[in-house]
Amino acid sequence: MKGYRKYFGKKILWFVITFIAAVILNFILPRLMPADPVASITGKLAGGNSDVAAVQEIYARYQEEFGTNKPMIEQFWMFCKNAIHGNFGLSFSQYPRSVTNIISSAIVWTIALQLPAILVGWLLGNLLGALAAYIRKGFDKVLMPVSLFLSNIPAFGMAVIMLVVFAVNLKIAPISGGYAFDMIPHLGWDFIKSVISHYQLPFWSIVLVSIGGQAVGMRSMSIYELNADYVKYSRFLGIKDRKIVGYVFRNAMLPQITGLALSIGTMVGGALVAEIIFSYPGLGSTMYSAVTSADYPLISATTLIITLMVLVVTFLLDIVYGFIDPRVKAAQVDA
Amino acid sequence: MKNTLRQVFHSPKFVVGFVIFVAILLTMIIYPLFNPGNPLAQIGVGTFAKPGTYVSLYDATKAKTETFRLPDAEEKRLKASLSDEDRVAMVEWFTAAGVDMGDLDLQDTDALLDLWNANYDPSLRPKGMITARVNYFKRLNNALQELGGGDTIIIAEKDDASGELVESKKILNTDYVNVNAVTNVKTLPLGTDNFGRDVLKELVSAVGTSLLIGLIAGVVATSIGLVFGLLAGYVGGIVDDLIMFITNIFTVIPGFVLLILITYSIGQEQRGAAVVAAVIGLTSWTWTTRSVRSQVISLRNRDHVNLSKLSGHSLIRIVLTDILPYIASYVVMAFILQVSSGILAEAQLSLLGLGPRTTITPTLGLMMNWAMLYSAHTNGSWWAYFPVILTITLISFSLNLMNTGLDQVFNPALRD
Repeated sequence: MKGYRKYFGKKILWFVITFIAAVILNFILPRLMPADPVASITGKLAGGNSDVAAVQEIYARYQEEFGTNKPMIEQFWMFCKNAIHGNFGLSFSQYPRSVTNIISSAIVWTIALQLPAILVGWLLGNLLGALAAYIRKGFDKVLMPVSLFLSNIPAFGMAVIMLVVFAVNLKIAPISGGYAFDMIPHLGWDFIKSVISHYQLPFWSIVLVSIGGQAVGMRSMSIYELNADYVKYSRFLGIKDRKIVGYVFRNAMLPQITGLALSIGTMVGGALVAEIIFSYPGLGSTMYSAVTSADYPLISATTLIITLMVLVVTFLLDIVYGFIDPRVKAAQVDA
Repeated sequence: MKNTLRQVFHSPKFVVGFVIFVAILLTMIIYPLFNPGNPLAQIGVGTFAKPGTYVSLYDATKAKTETFRLPDAEEKRLKASLSDEDRVAMVEWFTAAGVDMGDLDLQDTDALLDLWNANYDPSLRPKGMITARVNYFKRLNNALQELGGGDTIIIAEKDDASGELVESKKILNTDYVNVNAVTNVKTLPLGTDNFGRDVLKELVSAVGTSLLIGLIAGVVATSIGLVFGLLAGYVGGIVDDLIMFITNIFTVIPGFVLLILITYSIGQEQRGAAVVAAVIGLTSWTWTTRSVRSQVISLRNRDHVNLSKLSGHSLIRIVLTDILPYIASYVVMAFILQVSSGILAEAQLSLLGLGPRTTITPTLGLMMNWAMLYSAHTNGSWWAYFPVILTITLISFSLNLMNTGLDQVFNPALRD
């Protein structure tokens, strides 16, 4: 157990450190800027209001609410205390809804959409990439340029194309939203059906985009492994092809898991933007409406939640990796 | 060096990518020479004019006319003025009146009209049809009889003195005008966008700005990554620990989130294209640092580096002459990828409404943002968004192809 304990202990420590760093950044970045966020919010809210006293009052109120009139370190403790209690203040744009309330209703949609989509895309991509490396010839020749091209279509571009083709032209899928606009979320059969039909386009557009990139990566990893000495040696020994392919696949898989852990942040970012195109009621659309309506508390909380989500997923991937990686396993046996 | 270049240009992937990229670059440079002017000038008053050639109607009436008697002119006119709605209504009447339609094609205007003229009887009142509907078909019949218009259109001008309309010109339906003879003709290969701006012109200018953004982001990210990677890898020790500590943190915190926080905090007024590009670069250097560091570590104890150290060369000299040349190809590849992801990052930021300040220069992301804001995707204005998506895809496709090609040249294990 010693090997695992050491590995996991290190990973947990890193998780905590990055999390603290993320919270600090989330707090400090907007406050580092020369522009006073409260002043800019006041400016946007006051609009054409020329009454100096009124503007002054708005300014003072928000200064009080954010605590920007207090010293930085005190602000930070207040920020942490509130964040731990899940209190991110009230939203400007959807007043008087609390930010926590908005985010908790959006986060379910984002997780339910992105997690399966990225995983399915990753699996399909890896399978196709390994196949391309193994079969080569025609399959490889057609599949690779297509995958390479597909992987370069930005997620939002794929979303727009899918939307136009399947929803606007063929009319076989709904255009926007997470469920029919005339429904109230409940646990009825008709609602679930509506959710599923709205789920298809965003899901497949994320899957298609991630397939390409993964397939390209897996293919070159597999080719690299197929040319390795241990493969040639196994062939000399007369080990069956199937068994060798199994080894190659496992070895090529390891960097792919690390790759997924490293790129999950980028993928989530792309998928969040794709959400906007479908007006999917997740965090991406929330962020969009927060940005367009200058809803500062909502932006700050959304970014923090997204960071936390990515951190957790990366951490889980690291844990999974620990179980598969022969080096961590070997340390386990030695101990 | 010469040999390496020759090798690089023998890689088919690199060449294809290079050709696409150069083609985009050339279009960006040459097109404005033929079509100069402000790319954001609002030439159209309406929104989303379709792609095509626009002829000034005013000038066309003044141009010299020729008479042609084209046999299919009348038919084309009929076809154009008979709407799909009318066609469906005609079939409805046939069905109600029990007319045998055979295998009638809805788009076959002649057959449809023949059948109508042969069978329509205003006095007939098909069973179950309400009076309003019967009257509708009477009106439809009247409209059909006048279809294709009369023989002439009269142009009249207002006489200033009397205030009366004076006939100035008669246009016959056999009159034609040579397009070249019309003074004002404007070709808009990609139509106009929601603000009535020439999409192609805007696109070409946007490609320039976006490439510049990618370039700045790439330079910033690669320089930071290179310096950090070299320091961490070569100096090692506490410097390495410190740099890797920072790098590990920033690898896991999604750059996209930092980008949103920073660009939002900067505020709309200060957010020029260059600032956005620099911020993108500042949030995407981590993996360059990681890979440069691991390359440098594998080089650090080579004999030629040790020899330089023994000869008492300075750190800067060792890094510049003994290490940099060995990782140069790697840095170039990393730079190419940074450029392509920088362009993508700008597009995503702009879609969120955090792109560069609008009004001055278009970027690919801003064009996409405008098209989406004015729902070009749901109202069928494909020209406002599809060329943008295609351009972004082509740019990053070409850059990635070049990168893969280079990779195969410098990493023989990956060669096909």
